[in-house]
This record gives sequence, structure tokens and C-alpha cells, in this order.
Amino acid sequence: MLCDSCGKNEANFHYTKIVDGGIEEKHLCEKCASDNYDFDFDKPFSMNKFFTGLIDSIQETQRDYTEMKCGYCGQTYSEFKRNGKFGCIQCYETFKDKLNPLIRGLHGHNIHRGKIPKGSNERIFLKREEDNLKIQLEKAVKEEEFEKAAIIRDKLRELKIKLDSYGSDKYD
Amino acid sequence: MIKWLDGAAIDQDVVVSTRIRVARNLSKYKFPLFMDPKEADGLTNDILDTMKDVLKDNYRFIRTRDLPSMDQEVFVEKHLISPNMIEHMDKSSFLLRDDEKATIMINEEDHLRIQTLFSGFNLEEGWRLCSLIDDLLDEKLDYAYDEKWGYLTSCPTNVGTGLRASVMLHLPCISMTGNINTIIEALRKIGLTARGLYGEGSEVTAYLYQISNQTTLGESEEEIIDKLNKVVHQIINRERSIRNYLKKEKNLEMEDRIYRSYGIISNSRILSSKEAMEHLSNIRLGWAMGILNHENFKDIMELMIDIQPANIQKNFGKDMNIKERDIARAKIIREFILDLEG
Repeated sequence: MLCDSCGKNEANFHYTKIVDGGIEEKHLCEKCASDNYDFDFDKPFSMNKFFTGLIDSIQETQRDYTEMKCGYCGQTYSEFKRNGKFGCIQCYETFKDKLNPLIRGLHGHNIHRGKIPKGSNERIFLKREEDNLKIQLEKAVKEEEFEKAAIIRDKLRELKIKLDSYGSDKYD
Repeated sequence: MIKWLDGAAIDQDVVVSTRIRVARNLSKYKFPLFMDPKEADGLTNDILDTMKDVLKDNYRFIRTRDLPSMDQEVFVEKHLISPNMIEHMDKSSFLLRDDEKATIMINEEDHLRIQTLFSGFNLEEGWRLCSLIDDLLDEKLDYAYDEKWGYLTSCPTNVGTGLRASVMLHLPCISMTGNINTIIEALRKIGLTARGLYGEGSEVTAYLYQISNQTTLGESEEEIIDKLNKVVHQIINRERSIRNYLKKEKNLEMEDRIYRSYGIISNSRILSSKEAMEHLSNIRLGWAMGILNHENFKDIMELMIDIQPANIQKNFGKDMNIKERDIARAKIIREFILDLEG
């Protein structure tokens, strides 16, 4: 059966509506059904909505975020919860307190360990090096390679001095 | 003609293609979904000005809204742009490299989506090229980046690396023997996911599965790709060993299945997309198992794209309804077979 609306595609959605006591049947294709206002047609199950719906149950509400609004793009917290998308990079700052549980829930982590843009502050690169050395140190100790561990420890000390010259750490 | 499918393909008996993309945004603009078309055009011009200096390869610039709707769909069916690009066509545009192995999408869900596409299993080369283009743009553009959360994206599911690495696999034998759901479940547990031919929300047809990373934060790009690489290798081996078993123990049944499909596609006058894909999937399997020997069968993937709705209409140069398309589809496939039978 072809779609009542476009007459081109196969109708996959069939529904019956009762209007003023009369019965009206409609047969629509996927595309027309999604454009049809009679439907609350939620296209592919949205993971975002699913997860943003979880934010408040994961974390106790400490402040009332309902009216919290991003100063740059104007998105409110409840809008963000509804559509699961940020409006601008400022939203990350505005909804910061809510994001830790959300992002950890989505990714199982909340610290980036991938690429760093070239123009970034040197401190970010040093911090990454420090993180990597810490992992190596742990591994060396575990495998009882104490000489190697000592070398890594010395490198870490040098790095720490450099890092301290940049002031306090942003996310420790 | 689908250029990106050209060239030597690794593990092509099981792997159809490899796709990598990264999501990037510029700090000084709102994300695309929150921009009006005028702002979006301003951003596009900014990006184009910058790219002139850094992109040495030949790229073609296309505004989605300037394309007739049939052509927009053709790009999607060829996997060169995402369906989202059409949804946001008042703002979106893209740069397509001459060999079609790289697309830079502007104002999709993020300001920039850099995509690389290779036939066969080629995660290393896909990531190398994608990261290289990313580095070139990074030299001139001010990317939105946070020390803790990495590259900031419109959707929290992409934050961090912004990386989606995906491999399209043809897994008829794993599926036939009822093992696919166990694999899909296992993938989920390690942060990977399986989708259909056209990505998120698309149905699995012709036993084609796109396996990709689900999470983007907490691991480096190399770790994400390495994990996917190892897992895909295991799946390839599993599919191959089932194929070998079936060839040894059920050869007649396999031949029967494949030659039936061959008979149907060689003679049909009306073919729905679903039916055609099912039989072409068997033909691809027959070729990979050495049952069908003509070398042109390696181009079955190209044929699978050629028989998608928009590509058929583009090929025939007119709008067609479902019935007309089913007739045209059968004709295209018959001609493919006639061509190789000589």
C-alpha cells in the first residue's frame, strides 16, 4: 500500500483517528509520518534524551537548575535536558555541575586522554606527559622494575617543578 | 562510479569499508543547531577562507541547499555525507576531496566533521588521513577544547576525541548460524556498537553491520582504534571459520543458496530494495567463498549503492515511484550480470 500523503513510498504507519464520531484511517510512509503532527513520532530512539533524563536521578539536586540559562546561546537547563544537545561551548560551563555524572554515565570516564590542539598552553602538554608518566610508573612498580621506576620518578619530579610554575591545576 | 571504493582493499572477503570521522567546533560560534542560516553562512565563509591556505589537495565545495534533492540523497547513499546534512541543508555544506576518500562537512551537528572513507579494512590509513586533515585545519582555526573534556561537541556523546571509527562488515555466516546477537551484546560491554548500512537508526540489511566505538572520552584515539582493530580481526576470523566449515560440511546447501540468488537476480523484472540486497548479499558471499569466480563480483558493493532509490533515479535522470524503481533496479542488476557473462 502506498502512502496517503506522498503517494510514492510504501506506507508503514497505519492509524485510526476518531473525529466527531466518524472514523478516519490513515496510511503513511515513514517520512510523512514523521512530518505528521498527529503523531508523537520519535525517530530513532534517542540515547541523549535517555541519558539526560538520568542526570537528576544520578545526582541529588543541590540547586534549582530549572531556570538556569546559558548566557551566550540562551539555552535553559530544561531545554538541554529535553534535546540532549549543547547550544555553545559556554553551555559546558553553565551546566558544569550537572555534567560530570552525565558524561561519566555516557563514556565511563570523565577525563580526555586524546589529541591536544597544537596552539594549546604548554601546561596542558606537560600535564598530559605527567599523566602518562604516572601510568608508566605504576606499571614499572607492579612489574618490579625498580630501576626503571626510579628514572620515571625523577622525570616526574622535574615535570612537577615546571608545572608548579604555571600555578594551580584546573581539574585536580 | 564510486571513487572511494577504488584501490586495493584489505580483508575484502569480509570487510566492505572503513570510515573515520572526527567532530570539531570553533570557539567563537554557537553550535550549528543554535545558529540561524545567516550566522551559519558567516561561519562557512570563515572556514573556507582559512582552508584555502591549508588544504593543498583538490577539494570541491558544495552547499547542500544548492543541490537538487535527488543529488543530496545520492551523496548520502554513497556514504559521502551524513543524512543529517540534508536535515540541516539551510546551513550545511561540504568539501569533497577529488578521490572522495575525504569529506569535510560544515555545519552538520558540529561545525566540522572530517570524514575519511576507504574500501576494505584500513583503520590505520583512515585515521592517518583524518588526523592529518585535522592537524592542517588546527593550524589556522581556533578549536573549542577543554583540558578536562577534550574537544567540545554539540552532543555529549561525542565529547573528548570526537572520534567515530567504524568498519562495515559483511557477516552472513555469523548471522545465519545465529551468533550475531551474542557478538553485538559483547561489543556493547566494551564500548563498541553495531549499526546498519546507513548508520544510527538504520536497519540491518544484507547482513551488513557497521561496528564502531560508542564512547569517545577517556581513551586516546590510538587506543580506541587499536581496540576496534583487535575486535574486528576476531570477528573476521570467526566469520571466516564458519564459512570454511560450511564450505566443507554444507557445500551443496551453500551452492544451492548462492545459485538460487544468482538465478533470481539474473532473471527478475521487478526487485524491491530489500529482496535485491538479500540476493546480492548471497552473491557477495558466493564470491568470497570461491563459489562464484568472476572478478567483477568484487564490485557488488558498488552495485548495492547503485540500486539505492536516489542513485537509480539519478541514473535514469527522472523522479520515479516505488514500482518504477523496482523495475529499474531489476534492469540495472540484469545488466550487471549480462555484462560479466559477456
